[in-house]
Amino acid sequence: MSTFLVEIVTPERKVYAETANMVSVTGVEGELGILPNHIPLVTPLRIAPVTIKRNGKVDIVAVNGGFIEVRKDKIVILAESAELATDINVERAEAAKQRAQQRLAAKRDEVDYRRAELALQRAMNRLNTKQK
Amino acid sequence: MAKGMRDIKREIKSKQNTKQITKAMEMVAASRLRKAQEAAQAARPYAEKLKEVVASIASGTKDVKHPMLETRPVKKTGYLVITSDRGLAGGYNANILRKVTQTIREKHKSSDDYVLFVIGRKGRDYFRRRNMPIVEEVTGLPDAPTFADIKSVAYSAVKKFSEGAYDELYLYYNEFVNAITQVPTALRLLPLEEVGGKASVTSYEYEPSPEGVLEVLLPKYAETLIYSAVLDGKASEFGARMTAMGSATKNASKIINQLTLTYNRARQAAITQEISEIVAGANAQS
Repeated sequence: MSTFLVEIVTPERKVYAETANMVSVTGVEGELGILPNHIPLVTPLRIAPVTIKRNGKVDIVAVNGGFIEVRKDKIVILAESAELATDINVERAEAAKQRAQQRLAAKRDEVDYRRAELALQRAMNRLNTKQK
Repeated sequence: MAKGMRDIKREIKSKQNTKQITKAMEMVAASRLRKAQEAAQAARPYAEKLKEVVASIASGTKDVKHPMLETRPVKKTGYLVITSDRGLAGGYNANILRKVTQTIREKHKSSDDYVLFVIGRKGRDYFRRRNMPIVEEVTGLPDAPTFADIKSVAYSAVKKFSEGAYDELYLYYNEFVNAITQVPTALRLLPLEEVGGKASVTSYEYEPSPEGVLEVLLPKYAETLIYSAVLDGKASEFGARMTAMGSATKNASKIINQLTLTYNRARQAAITQEISEIVAGANAQS
């Protein structure tokens, strides 16, 4: 089976670097399943889990937006933050989720609302990733 | 016993205490410097990758239009200044603040022509005392700042530019060269310089469109530049503090040596005097 290198990079560090067989991500235009030798592509990502398959194993990474760069033999995902399922702190994510929900319920100005929405998405993303 | 001797002894003791403190601070700064350097190193791949992609879009597609790439006539300027929260770091804050104030004085007549974003308590206090217009400030950054820590200030600095609140944005920070050299640097962040550089070999497909991707990428790119400047600033801060505290320790040692010498001289003088008094007494009796 052909493979390619998958890297997930955040401003703080390189979160993930493995050879894999397949990657599935959620781009702004919809879900993408990427196999080796894909045509070079760049697209922004939604806040969603990224699934990476390698040698029958499956890694799930919570990726907070960012974008993906696909090359024939290499994939790079750049995001402001990203966590492996094992690194996710469930309690923190739960707390963040509740905080965001409270703020959404309070409905203040637009900026706050937008920020709370994003925070909620991030928290949900982490929880989803953990549960998979 | 001369009274002078006791005074000297007390002074020596106090200098020794100071030396201990500066020595400790030097060592703390040295260990933090290493961590800060590592953090700056770790941030590099992200920034480089981002730059590469932005450059390849810019070179791959002709006539890309984006407000962040366009030069407008400058009516108002934004400055983002990175300083530290604490002092005792040699010329670290003074150098950068002097550079900013000089530029502002040369370029602007009134305080309506520019706005300031400040990171670090020292810079904030400085500008506040001079009644300069601060739009946003960040203080209490940890030693190893995460992207989330500066995200809000970076975001609003970039956003206000896109909204037209000012027509150019400068970044002022201490560039880290090595542990003893930090250069106060001014960098024009926005509008983004020709990112061009090397044209990449691969031509990409863009989803939804090159402009759509650029729309997302450019603000991120600018924010990343700010983040790496903050990390560089942190490394510089510790470098500057280490050097400053190192020389403070050296000075303390020098003063202690001098004082010890004076002390010994005084002691010897006292002993000599005592002997001569005893001898004189003995002579008088016989």
